[in-house]
Amino acid sequence: MSRWSVVRLIAAKDLRIERRSRVMTNQVLPFAAVTMVLFAFALDAKGVFNPETRQVTSLLDLVAPGLVWLATMFSLLVLVQRAFSIEADDGALDALRVAGVDPVAIYWGKALALAVQLAVLEVLLLVTAVFLYGASVPLGGVALLAVTLVLATTGLACVGTLYGGLIAGFTGRESLLPLLVLPVVAPVLIGATRAVESALGTDGVALSEGWPWVGLLAVFAAAFGVGGALAFGPLIEEAT
Amino acid sequence: MDAAAPPPDDAPDAVVLTDAVAVLGGFPVLAGASLTVRRGEVVLLRGPNGAGKTSVLRLCAGLLPLTRGEGRVLGLDLTADRDLIRSRVGLLGHRNGLYGDLTVAENVAFWGATVGATADEVAGAMRRLGVDGRLRDVAVRKLSAGQKRRTALACLVARRAELWLLDEPHAGLDADGRDELDAVLRQAVGAGATVVVASHELERAGSLADRIVDVIGGQIAEVGP
Repeated sequence: MSRWSVVRLIAAKDLRIERRSRVMTNQVLPFAAVTMVLFAFALDAKGVFNPETRQVTSLLDLVAPGLVWLATMFSLLVLVQRAFSIEADDGALDALRVAGVDPVAIYWGKALALAVQLAVLEVLLLVTAVFLYGASVPLGGVALLAVTLVLATTGLACVGTLYGGLIAGFTGRESLLPLLVLPVVAPVLIGATRAVESALGTDGVALSEGWPWVGLLAVFAAAFGVGGALAFGPLIEEAT
Repeated sequence: MDAAAPPPDDAPDAVVLTDAVAVLGGFPVLAGASLTVRRGEVVLLRGPNGAGKTSVLRLCAGLLPLTRGEGRVLGLDLTADRDLIRSRVGLLGHRNGLYGDLTVAENVAFWGATVGATADEVAGAMRRLGVDGRLRDVAVRKLSAGQKRRTALACLVARRAELWLLDEPHAGLDADGRDELDAVLRQAVGAGATVVVASHELERAGSLADRIVDVIGGQIAEVGP
């Protein structure tokens, strides 16, 4: 079988298990929604005066892009733990390794399945932010928003897969995963937040200011897409 | 998966280990083990805990690197061809390597697909292990331990594993499950599979074996039939 066929096989298997177990709809989406609502309660509907534009902007409107990505990252942890608990519970990841299945294909396959789930989550969170926090999406920002979503999702899925594989065989992996993943995905949080701020025109930020952040996201996604694939085989060899 | 190298199918012996030394975490788990398993043979490895039975199986599966000595599995070199060996050997340890949320048919089809098995091959594997029919569409997490074991063996068949390495295959099974497994192994042996079993269940596994081999202190002493 070609590497791409194995990638599709692994991704289809993970998505089928997700569809069957409904962890995304029954656990991850409610968790993300509650997180967004709690942020709204915590920040209230206060306004912030911008001396440059001489306008008062709602605090929630200002922080909405960051809150979307924070909620995404917390949800990523749940998704990654689920993606690798199905492999670790009955030794399936070990069995894949024993069967000589290409580790690069395992990595890309699991990252692809994770990316699909993250993309659905992010779109729903953005829609929630628009309704809950009153954020608006100008027509010119749609392309920037779409590219940001694709690149940030790729980067997050690759990092999640890499570290999920690393700790799949460890006891106490639930507490270890956030410690490892959250510092690493900080560039995605910063870059994606800035890019979405530009796409939404938050507090008068120009659309053109978002594209350099997209560059950061692209470098991050490429580095973990390629580097992670190369490192994944030796990592699961040691970890399982 | 490396599908390019031609498999040397004409090798008469499934396993040949000569003075094999393997080290794990700085500790020598095999200390000069020599073993030959002919194709179609069933060999039982027995010995106390920590003697090296599992290490022999993991070495033959290409999971444990050979530190010194020589080893060939299915005619392939244990040092140079580890990836290829892995794709042709089936190792079943204490866990089954199954996905609980998938059905029996989906699990067998998945593992078969990793080597490009056809739908007929997958159906044949399920039929051979008796997990077709009413079990076919049952989620694996709902199966008994014995049924899960049979499903795992069906996955090995669908993967076209030529050498079965079974580590305590009776562990965790009740009496019915053990009887089921014995029947399956007898059937596999009858169909020409080469099987190496590490087991404490000497009466059960011994009745299936052509040869019993003692593993003591990382070395192998043949006992005979």
